[in-house]
Amino acid sequence: MSEGRIAVERHRRGNRWMHWINFPLLTVMIWSGLRIYWADLRDPFGVGIGGWHWFELFPDWINEPLGLDRKLARGMAFHFTFGWLLTLNGAAFFIYLWRTGGWRNFVPTRDDLRTIPAVLLHEVGLRKDAPPQGKYNGMQQLTYAVVLIMGALAVISGFAIYKPTQLALLTSMFGGYEGARFVHFWVTIGFVLFFGIHILQVARAGFRNFWSMVTGYELLDAPEDDESEASEEFEEVGA
Amino acid sequence: MTEHENNEEIENNDGIEVQGIAGAIADDAPVHRVAQDLRGKTLSEEDFRQLSRRSLLTGGAGALAAVLGFRWIQGRPADGRIPDVLRAGHEVNESIWRALFRDGAEAPTFDFAKSSMMRVNGRHGIREELDMATWELRVVGRDGATVGRYSLDDLRALPQTEMTVEHKCVEGWSHIVTWGGVVFRDFVERFHPDEADAPFVGLSTPDGEYQVGLEGAAMMHSQTMLTLDLQRVPLTEAHGAPVRLTTPLKYGIKQIKRIGTIRFSDTQPENDYWAERGYDWYAAL
Repeated sequence: MSEGRIAVERHRRGNRWMHWINFPLLTVMIWSGLRIYWADLRDPFGVGIGGWHWFELFPDWINEPLGLDRKLARGMAFHFTFGWLLTLNGAAFFIYLWRTGGWRNFVPTRDDLRTIPAVLLHEVGLRKDAPPQGKYNGMQQLTYAVVLIMGALAVISGFAIYKPTQLALLTSMFGGYEGARFVHFWVTIGFVLFFGIHILQVARAGFRNFWSMVTGYELLDAPEDDESEASEEFEEVGA
Repeated sequence: MTEHENNEEIENNDGIEVQGIAGAIADDAPVHRVAQDLRGKTLSEEDFRQLSRRSLLTGGAGALAAVLGFRWIQGRPADGRIPDVLRAGHEVNESIWRALFRDGAEAPTFDFAKSSMMRVNGRHGIREELDMATWELRVVGRDGATVGRYSLDDLRALPQTEMTVEHKCVEGWSHIVTWGGVVFRDFVERFHPDEADAPFVGLSTPDGEYQVGLEGAAMMHSQTMLTLDLQRVPLTEAHGAPVRLTTPLKYGIKQIKRIGTIRFSDTQPENDYWAERGYDWYAAL
């Protein structure tokens, strides 16, 4: 069984390193960001209508266990130091995607986008076959492209909040200081939601897929088809 | 990627790479991207196992380094109540933004109609009742000698400037307010022109409890004021009567209320209420 098995490269070294470096940095940024957010006792992004609070962002039962309360100074210190590391890693990743052409894996074409309903139906088990795809399916491409844009938005809106006087032009592009804070906050909430879905999907895809993000390679099962059959299939896919 | 998709790919493509077929396909051939993906590098199972072990070590070491690094930061000796490495982070940031500071650049201003009365936030240094009979604004020169004493009338007699700006607190909130008073630069040029190039200025409340330090460039900026009015009425005690500092270049923590003493200095003033309590000394916007 294990005779002749091969592993194919799934993720290049640069992708993997920057992905994994991003994870703890983003974690520190969200955690320290929430410490800053805690200090604004108006709870400006809690959802309510006419003074009736639907829910608080965030209630004490979230703030206290995470150590978010009364830690504003430390929150700022972490946020403005680690922000540079996140920015550098993010900028390196964008440059890397551009130089290697790797961005093509993430940016969906119109045809890729058309497959999204089928992908979703397949995902929830209402459609047997998955539509043909490249490295990622249309839904993944859309998600990763949006996450990349969110990453850029988080950093840029962060600078707009950090230096609203020195970078007044940048801040004005978000509709001002409060606009930049709005974007910064909801992009962060978006990251947390993405993280939940991401973990779920990685768990569904299995260990080999996950491990390929660490090693770069995914071990494939032994081929059952002979060579000619494989090429035939290959041609069909290529057509 | 689901299990099913994995299998599908394998059915379609597995074995091609080892046979060297994929490598023979011309670049411009209309090949689906699944196939292009598999034109990439492959490893034998044995090599993959070895790579796996190496990756496990690298990944484990990386994760451990991240956890230990974080704990190391948290355990560093405090410098102004935050770990010294984070204080150093603030200082690196300060050097970056000071280098980028352009003297002529101003914070956005707004119409008076957009401004409104602001909340009161913090009474450090102004807890004792204000006694206008004894209050005076004392100015100390770089040589340490008192070089001027001013009354509220003296300040009112100077050219008055009104400015509607967005006041920002470290806590995250902001509020558009209209300040009125004397631009600090006008005050210095009128009474203390020889201190105009002082690298630092320290300000403190009459009781000495609340103290701030600012760099000369921020103090001499056109929007930094000795403020007497808020929303076109004289400051209330809670907002810093009779005179407070306001500047859209800094967070509210630097905009000291009820100024008692202004000290010009060649060195960064030793005391700064919130910098001593974990905040960034520079605190610039």
